[in-house]
Amino acid sequence: MSLISEGADFRGRLAAAAGLVEPSSASVGDYLALMKPRVMSLVVFTALVGLAVAPGHLHPLTGFTALLCIAVGAGAAGSLNMWYDADIDAVMTRTARRPVPMGRVQPGEALAFGLTLASFAVVVLGLLVNALAAALLAFTIFFYVVIYTMWLKRSTPQNIVIGGAAGAFPPTIGWAAVTGSLSLEPVLLFLIIFFWTPPHFWALALYRTEDYARAGIPMLPVVAGDVSTRRHIMLYTLVLVPLGIAPWALGYAGVLYGVVASVTGAIMLALAGQVLQERRPAERACRHLFAFSILYLFLLFATLLVERGWGGLLARLTA
Amino acid sequence: MNEPAKDEGVVLTEAQKRSRRSRSIAIALVLAALVVLFYAMTLVKGPIVLLRPM
Repeated sequence: MSLISEGADFRGRLAAAAGLVEPSSASVGDYLALMKPRVMSLVVFTALVGLAVAPGHLHPLTGFTALLCIAVGAGAAGSLNMWYDADIDAVMTRTARRPVPMGRVQPGEALAFGLTLASFAVVVLGLLVNALAAALLAFTIFFYVVIYTMWLKRSTPQNIVIGGAAGAFPPTIGWAAVTGSLSLEPVLLFLIIFFWTPPHFWALALYRTEDYARAGIPMLPVVAGDVSTRRHIMLYTLVLVPLGIAPWALGYAGVLYGVVASVTGAIMLALAGQVLQERRPAERACRHLFAFSILYLFLLFATLLVERGWGGLLARLTA
Repeated sequence: MNEPAKDEGVVLTEAQKRSRRSRSIAIALVLAALVVLFYAMTLVKGPIVLLRPM
């Protein structure tokens, strides 16, 4: 065997080991889809609020860099999630059209893309902003990919309860980017998202139960059943609503936030109550709760941004 | 004397060449943006950019 043919053979084995079966036809759009742009937009928004409400001065360009790194870090986590979950994505209606199960991006490409983005995001955040923010971003990516995607998602019905922490970290990263430290206020923002995640995802899972069961994911409705999941939704909403009001009660937010958090919290409780009374095959209340929960989180953070953060941002821009 | 068979390597289709070109342009743009970002951040931070207390 000549050196050339040995080289070709080695390249072939290397490519196969990396999951590269044939030369890629992936477009730039396919790579952008790997980054889960919709999830990324929510991450950037909550991180922006954490960054805006934090005390202290931060140059606008440094703030932009922090948000860019957080967005890229979220994209990296999304890409690594799509690499690992390609098998279950392929059998679920909601995810079957993602680039990896569709064959437009090969698994090895998604893996390499995710690892590269994650490395760049963490290193650039550490070099240009600060070490604590970079460490939190690295931990968030690790938590989402290893703890949630690789471990919890396929092994326990508490997957999104614990895994929800990954989505709750961005405001703390934004806060750490400004202050270089953490305090009770960003932890409160973390807790709001952490307790918001289970009712939000279980409402979705209640009308996608067959999808999750077919993929073998032990979501709560699949394992514990319909009635138990509805009770869990109500329990978590009962914890979430006071937490949503807490920033006003503890003096971190003003009257406007208090009113918005109370009114939207009452609506969340009412919708969770409807979910509790509803029985399959009806799914209207679940769809309403799922849709409103997105608006609820957005309104809480947007009000905080308008009331506290917007003034702070303007002051920083004009300082 | 027989010539050894020439290794053609991987032959790309036109579609694969087009997608590779678009990916290469995207990578070039991202790297250029990163250079600009580091340059601008160095101007913003000044000499303190070299100080990295842990």
